[in-house]
Amino acid sequence: MSEENVIEVVELTKKFGAFLAVDAISFEVKAGEIFGFLGANGAGKTTAMKMLIGISKPSSGEASVAGFDVYTQTELIKKNIGYMSQKFALYDDLTVRENITFFGGIYGLSRSTIKEKIKVLVTDLKLENIIDQLVGALPLGWKQKLSFSVSLLHDPKIVFLDEPTGGVDPITRRQFWEMIYNAADQGTTIFVTTHYMDEAEYCDRVSIMVNGKIEAMDRPKRLKEQFEASNLNEVFLKLARNSKSD
Amino acid sequence: MKRFIGFVRKEFYHIYRDKRSLFILFGMPIAQILLFGFAITNEINKVEIAILDHAKDATTIEIINKMASSKYFSINRYLAAESQVEGVFKQGKIKAVINFEKDFGEKLIKNGQSTIQIIADATDPNTANSITNYIQSIIQQYNQSININQAGGTQVFMQTHMAFNPEIKSVFMFVPGVMTIILMLVSAMMTSISITREKELGTMEILLVSPLKPFQVVLGKVVPYILLSIINAIIIILLSIFIFKMPVQGSLLLLGAESVLFIITSLSLGILISTIAETQQTAMMISLMGLMLPVILLSGFIFPISSMPLPLQLISNTIPAKWFIIIIKGIMLKGVGIAFIWKETVILFGMTLFFMGISIYKYKIRLE
Repeated sequence: MSEENVIEVVELTKKFGAFLAVDAISFEVKAGEIFGFLGANGAGKTTAMKMLIGISKPSSGEASVAGFDVYTQTELIKKNIGYMSQKFALYDDLTVRENITFFGGIYGLSRSTIKEKIKVLVTDLKLENIIDQLVGALPLGWKQKLSFSVSLLHDPKIVFLDEPTGGVDPITRRQFWEMIYNAADQGTTIFVTTHYMDEAEYCDRVSIMVNGKIEAMDRPKRLKEQFEASNLNEVFLKLARNSKSD
Repeated sequence: MKRFIGFVRKEFYHIYRDKRSLFILFGMPIAQILLFGFAITNEINKVEIAILDHAKDATTIEIINKMASSKYFSINRYLAAESQVEGVFKQGKIKAVINFEKDFGEKLIKNGQSTIQIIADATDPNTANSITNYIQSIIQQYNQSININQAGGTQVFMQTHMAFNPEIKSVFMFVPGVMTIILMLVSAMMTSISITREKELGTMEILLVSPLKPFQVVLGKVVPYILLSIINAIIIILLSIFIFKMPVQGSLLLLGAESVLFIITSLSLGILISTIAETQQTAMMISLMGLMLPVILLSGFIFPISSMPLPLQLISNTIPAKWFIIIIKGIMLKGVGIAFIWKETVILFGMTLFFMGISIYKYKIRLE
């Protein structure tokens, strides 16, 4: 893990009319980190992430992703990041191979590169039996792994994962985090949002958003010490209670 | 029994709270009764006809006055020669020309008969038939009136000529209309469904985060439907030429170009619908209710626009299909060139820009 910042956020804000969805948050993410962006549903995580991946304009504040400015260089940001959405969005009526080929294509990979990537994926994920099956027929766990792999096809520096483990069983979740570790070992920075506090333990550093603000940010271990909690769930509960009593 | 009633009550809640089903249950029947009752009629009303009067004597003036005073006709144009007839029909406003032969009044008195020719624009066979029938009844009344004091025998004879459609085939009316509807449906509805499907599945977000520019996404969505629509158009034209023996008097090239323009207009309308609709179902409903129904009823395809009350006529002007039907009938049946349909073409072009403009504006708002 180097000391270089791949994501820098200063006083980032997003207003919808009078409603402050994201309230002047500031943080950095270092290259190769697994950074957990935690918070309850509706705390503003997804809104914040949308600004970082270039599909929503901030109301105020500054941010740069992979060295590019989120106001003026969204095209460059998009070329250099990967994204996995909550719904593991792959096309149900295309086969696994066709999905990989399509997404590889729109990220500008050549035919031969795509072929190579497919070969590697088939071996790594043991896709031999399903490579030519329609994605719609696959169980959720497979779709999740595929979706993640697709987001990494073009070897991006940073990959953004939006609630990547929603709806899958605990064993599949663990296997998925193994994949995330592998990617991080290769040097990819992982920015993952989740409302599962136990997953936060897997991250290098986490931030916890409550009502649009970042109320805590540190390594999981230090947060537990700071809040005298035995797990991050307790940390979160303490934070949430505090903010409610304001 | 109580369980059943509880269930029925829940069903009423669903209906009451779903604006869409309320609209279908109450709004649509009322709208349709009003529409069909007031507006949609096969009768003609204030149809514009022109007079070609070679005689210009008291008799012809009397007959012309009779026609002018009937509520069916509106007479504003007086032609000077036969050669003008085709041009006047091509312009589209005049639906019939009444041709009085030379020395009309003299012949009536001297020979006991003279002839009037009714030339009707039969590209709309129903209207042409109605016009001819009304004129015939006016002439018959006149014939009776001039024979009151005589034993009979003096008569104005009528000759009818159905221009552009001598056999008064109604298929000539339907084919352009059906082609318009199919192009509009495939282009608008299918495009809007395709785009909203991506939104529904969540894959739209992935595309937006990818290096693909938004206009590339939309263009990519739209290109297959352009090709399919063009193929559809070709099939329809071939079928109508070879099976229904419909003529294509004008230039095929112009026909093709205008069809492509209309396809693009419909596509931009489909894109606009997709910015409003969140789900495929909504997109389909808007396309069917908001597009197909008005197109069938108000575009002049079946029911003559001139017979509708003014508000409906104004609404009819906002429907792209109305303008395209004028264009396509003109080219296929009357052989008009671009000189006669440039106005309609510009309107279609303008509508396309308008729809696209709004879609782009709505998309930008979403980003903010």
